[in-house]
Amino acid sequence: MDTAKLVEALTQHPFLEGLDQQAAEKLASMAEPVEFEKDEIIFREGDEYSAFFLLLSGVVALEVTSAGRILRLQTLSAGEELGWSSLLSSNRKYFQARCLEPVQTLAFDGGDLRKACEEDCHFGYALMSRVLRVVARRLQVTRLQLTDSYSYPGAKEG
Amino acid sequence: MIAESPSLARGPWPLAPVENSMATLPAMVTRVAKETADTFTLTLEAGSGRRLPPFSPGQFSMLYVFGIGELPISISGDPHDAEHLVYTVRSVGLATNALVTRQCGDAVGVRGPFGTSWPLAEIRGKDILIVAGGIGLAPLRPAIYHLARHRADYGRIVILYGARSPQDLLYRKALAEWGRLSDAQVLSTVDYGGTSWRGHVGVVTTLFRFVRLWPSNAAALICGPEIMMRYVVRELEHRGLDGADIYLSMERNMKCAVGFCGHCQCGPYFVCKDGPVFSYAQVKGLLDKYEL
Repeated sequence: MDTAKLVEALTQHPFLEGLDQQAAEKLASMAEPVEFEKDEIIFREGDEYSAFFLLLSGVVALEVTSAGRILRLQTLSAGEELGWSSLLSSNRKYFQARCLEPVQTLAFDGGDLRKACEEDCHFGYALMSRVLRVVARRLQVTRLQLTDSYSYPGAKEG
Repeated sequence: MIAESPSLARGPWPLAPVENSMATLPAMVTRVAKETADTFTLTLEAGSGRRLPPFSPGQFSMLYVFGIGELPISISGDPHDAEHLVYTVRSVGLATNALVTRQCGDAVGVRGPFGTSWPLAEIRGKDILIVAGGIGLAPLRPAIYHLARHRADYGRIVILYGARSPQDLLYRKALAEWGRLSDAQVLSTVDYGGTSWRGHVGVVTTLFRFVRLWPSNAAALICGPEIMMRYVVRELEHRGLDGADIYLSMERNMKCAVGFCGHCQCGPYFVCKDGPVFSYAQVKGLLDKYEL
């Protein structure tokens, strides 16, 4: 994928909605198209893994394993982001990411992104405010998930 | 045009009061189908050449398990089936457990139908978004049957359904069939899934990103836990849907079903009589109150 196509793919991704051209080009210079096969594990719980992905197609499941049992907690698909914690200093993964379908992504190295943010605070603010939006959205749906509202005894009986 | 049954033509509110609303009619259980580990669908018929009263989608009946107690249960069957009344019941206590363990041939008392209905006549011509959570799909199923039967009278149909786990999804076969209707989209999600579940995992609001809505010509019908409905309404408002085009089925502790006892009071409304289906414009401000 050449730079122009990368910029186009980036600017069409909801994560970068409203990002100025200069910042988009900077991101494009750090992006690498990466594809995964169906059922491929992108990373496992406990892995040191520094990539941040923008998903272009396919579905990825976030899972936790316990006593030989796998619990699927969330699915992510085109237009969403995977591995936002790579933008923090620790890259240790708390979940396992498994492709439920063939997946196309744009991948970024978390270390490179952090360095770019430190060198250019305008770019850093633009990127981190978008990451914060992702985290806030994930937190909101996780809280709603935690209410376990469907099992509440007062939920409709019929 | 819809070949209007008398009950559908009347619109959502108010429906004419049911005759002999305090009289319990005996009905016979003719079928019990297990939907999930704790949820069953019961089919009742009057027997002896009698007919059970007609209903509008969204209404409920009071079902009496003789010697145990009476329960408000939404009607979940086809409104065009004049012979049967169908109820999907989750076993969560003594009376509901007694109800779901009825056998074919057992008698159950029926009062009603009661309450307001989904405004199917008023929303003709619009795109219809149905959002259900858990057993909240049951009161919406009669509306979906109606939409399917009168497909040409409505725009795009989108059904978003959330459940706790894949094992808790209701009406799986019907969900697949509804997905094959023309210009229809059916998406299910679960809060937690195992590896055999290949569908979406996440709360039902996460499905909105897959839906294209034209808010100026759309209506939403929502039923599920109130927490879920609040978040769904927020998403819909964020997407520009007017509160008057959002309809919810509320649940309170309904006892008499005719607005006398006050058990189901919610602000200025008796849910049994003024609901259970309300427009969001009516109940805005009441959904997130701890106590009224």
